[in-house]
Amino acid sequence: MVTKVEAIVRPAKLDNVRNALNAAGIHGMTVTEIRGCGRQKGFTERYRGSEYTINLLHKVKVEVVVQDDTVAIVIAAIIEAARTGEVGDGKIFLSPVSDVVRIRTGERGPDAL
Amino acid sequence: MSDLDTGDTAFVLLSAALVLFMTPGLALFYGGMVRAKNVLNMLLQSFFLIGLATVIWGVVAYSLAFGPDVGHIIGGLDYVFLNGVGADPNADLAGTIPHLAFMIFQAMFAVITPALVTGAIAERTRFTSLMLFFALWLALIYAPVAHWVWAPGGWLREMGAIDFAGGTVVHILSASTAAALILVIGPRIGHRESPMAPHSLPLTVLGAGILWFGWFGFNAGSALAANGLAASAFASTHMAAAAATVSWVIAEALHRGKPTTLGAASGCVAGLVAVTPAAGFVTPGSALVIGLLAGAICYYAVLLKGRLGYDDALDVLGIHGIGGTLGALLTGVFATTVINEAGRNGLFRGNPGQVGIQAVAVLTTIGFGFVGSLALGLICHKVLGLRSTADHEIIGLDTTEHEERAYEMY
Repeated sequence: MVTKVEAIVRPAKLDNVRNALNAAGIHGMTVTEIRGCGRQKGFTERYRGSEYTINLLHKVKVEVVVQDDTVAIVIAAIIEAARTGEVGDGKIFLSPVSDVVRIRTGERGPDAL
Repeated sequence: MSDLDTGDTAFVLLSAALVLFMTPGLALFYGGMVRAKNVLNMLLQSFFLIGLATVIWGVVAYSLAFGPDVGHIIGGLDYVFLNGVGADPNADLAGTIPHLAFMIFQAMFAVITPALVTGAIAERTRFTSLMLFFALWLALIYAPVAHWVWAPGGWLREMGAIDFAGGTVVHILSASTAAALILVIGPRIGHRESPMAPHSLPLTVLGAGILWFGWFGFNAGSALAANGLAASAFASTHMAAAAATVSWVIAEALHRGKPTTLGAASGCVAGLVAVTPAAGFVTPGSALVIGLLAGAICYYAVLLKGRLGYDDALDVLGIHGIGGTLGALLTGVFATTVINEAGRNGLFRGNPGQVGIQAVAVLTTIGFGFVGSLALGLICHKVLGLRSTADHEIIGLDTTEHEERAYEMY
């Protein structure tokens, strides 16, 4: 009934993704700064002549929890907003959510979203 | 109180305060360059040394450095616990300011010199043991060298070596000590394998700015008077710092493709180090050249570290060792009595011998500093253990040495 959509995207695309989600009617989300790696190779940073290859890349995780009938719209919005066409655009993971609770009122279920 | 000059006194006292400020500045400069798990440990080493070095200075080291000369090697114990160091000028040391002003100005040099060393052995050294090492080092190594170079009767001074504000006593000595401790303590776990990038370059840049500011006290204050020589030293200091900032950044940009903040911060320090022995003996124009050379040469010296493989974590050898040596030798090249009558003429003023004299001062400082610190370091390591355990090093010294955390979520 309720699905969590976890999107790992480029930090530079965060604003795009937020705006796209808002435009799709989703205003609640959780954003975390993360580091990760996949197929994208590292980049170099240099400090006083020492070069470091950084393999854990900076990314951003955007999480939204929505009713199942909204999931397709969310995925489409995120892809449109976050895609560059280069390796390193990120991934979206979907997982079922067994329940939702609104802390302020104690409501449960999809109404608590 | 006959010769006491109020302008000189005010200037030296304020300069002492500026030099003090350099040590927290150094703390930030170094602190920003280590990993977050070790930042407090790095800061505390410098900060605590303000306290410890001052105490040792007051109790015995000032006397050993600047007490009446004994055999051209050391000062007597006349000034132990600052006995006899009062408001009247000491004409042998600084005729127009209170003896106390001279003592307290010099105290700040004794504070920052050990603090400089801490950068080389960062992130793997036990705090308590290191502080005990420095307590002994100040009396046994720092005070004698200060005496040789600066005190009336000191043999290097008698020989004609010129070092305005501490190219040998502060920079070469700290680098030589660092080299010895690097050998005793060994490299960090993961050295040359894992990235160990600076965790907060904003702190480092702030620290560099404070160092630049405070260095005016360090160099111009060493004129021990508010006069033309101080103005010349001030201008020379700034010219060298500025030129070195530019030359390091350009060298790095040409070599690696990008100018960097760490490069600029390092470059300015390299220039300041190199001009330290020269500041009151050369023209500001020469100081500019010294800075240009220091920035580029120290950049390459730091690269060399990568080739040779030793773990000088924050480049004390490349910047203070090479920069100090370069500056001390170039002082022998550019020195002119036009700037400072009480100084010497150097190579470009027809006195090539001065370079040789400077070299003797450099080599003696390196030799005594390195061998003395190696011996003292090995003893401390045997008795107390200077190196953190592997677990502690990996967890991070802020937690394991201090049970503190620099950055909390709340």
